[in-house]
Amino acid sequence: MPLSTFQKLRYARHLVLKEIGEKGQEVLLSSKVLVIGAGGLASSAIAHLASAGVGTIGIADGDIVELSNLQRQFLHTFAALHTNKAISAGEFVRARDRDINVHLHPLFVDEHNICDLISGYDFVLDCVDRFETKFLINDACVLMKKPYSHAGAVRFQGQAMTYVPDKGPCLRCLLQTAPNGATCQSVGVLGAAVGVLGSVQALETVKFLLNIGRLLTGRVFYFDGLSFETKVVPFSGRDPDCAVCGEHPRIKDLSENAKEYHAACENVQGDTKQ
Amino acid sequence: MVKVNGEPLDLAGMRLSDYLSSASYSLSFIAVEKNGTIVPRSQYDSCILADGDSVEIVSFVGGG
Repeated sequence: MPLSTFQKLRYARHLVLKEIGEKGQEVLLSSKVLVIGAGGLASSAIAHLASAGVGTIGIADGDIVELSNLQRQFLHTFAALHTNKAISAGEFVRARDRDINVHLHPLFVDEHNICDLISGYDFVLDCVDRFETKFLINDACVLMKKPYSHAGAVRFQGQAMTYVPDKGPCLRCLLQTAPNGATCQSVGVLGAAVGVLGSVQALETVKFLLNIGRLLTGRVFYFDGLSFETKVVPFSGRDPDCAVCGEHPRIKDLSENAKEYHAACENVQGDTKQ
Repeated sequence: MVKVNGEPLDLAGMRLSDYLSSASYSLSFIAVEKNGTIVPRSQYDSCILADGDSVEIVSFVGGG
């Protein structure tokens, strides 16, 4: 649909970008994106996606807003304490732009609901806190041939990559199995650092939707805000032995692999080497 | 010399798995790329580093 006069003003700074322009803005407005997890990564990602005019934003999270979240999860306010995070994040989006369709999914994704959930969207963002859930999202996106943005962040550091079906490795090609590791709760995290990674995820989403630039597909972006060691490492090609996207995949049904997605998260790794 | 994360090290002839354990990497958190290609964890033992190899090791974190 052609842009209205209001939209031409609203998105004026996009319209002068040759990579976006009116056609690109129309694509963004007609796109559907699902953000899984409404915490630190999502605060930055959702804020940028909503501001940029991504027309339909789904938000899935079963958790509630806690006081300790507010130090970095700026989507949520004091008034939203103890309410569901997806609902709270949805209110943030609606306050920014009433024209954006917000689909609220106040639930935790699991091996039973995730495929139905992601099927209606063009692109998915993994903004969840635990490796086990990151692998659930990865496997679901591989099986459903759904492109998605992975990111993780703790302390002052994190990484991001973009999976596009048949175009590059998935998370499981790189790590094989979900490690039992550091969460924000166990080792701490600075909002400004996790925000960098969430912003990268929004950037990758816009690039994918508009088919512009070069995605972090087959490449991993690594960022350490303390040292400002920043690099993009090429991981070209899939692992032919990958359990989900390899030549003879072991994982064909999420229910059969459910144990990995529910692995205990208690033996928390305190430190990871760079 | 073998370049590891851009740093030249005298590792030619060494097993990748021996280097990773000597450098105290947590194997389940890292992805290893050698000369542009993924080295799966199952091949760390059989991967012998050679002169001129370039290795990148990226530590992944959860959290979000």
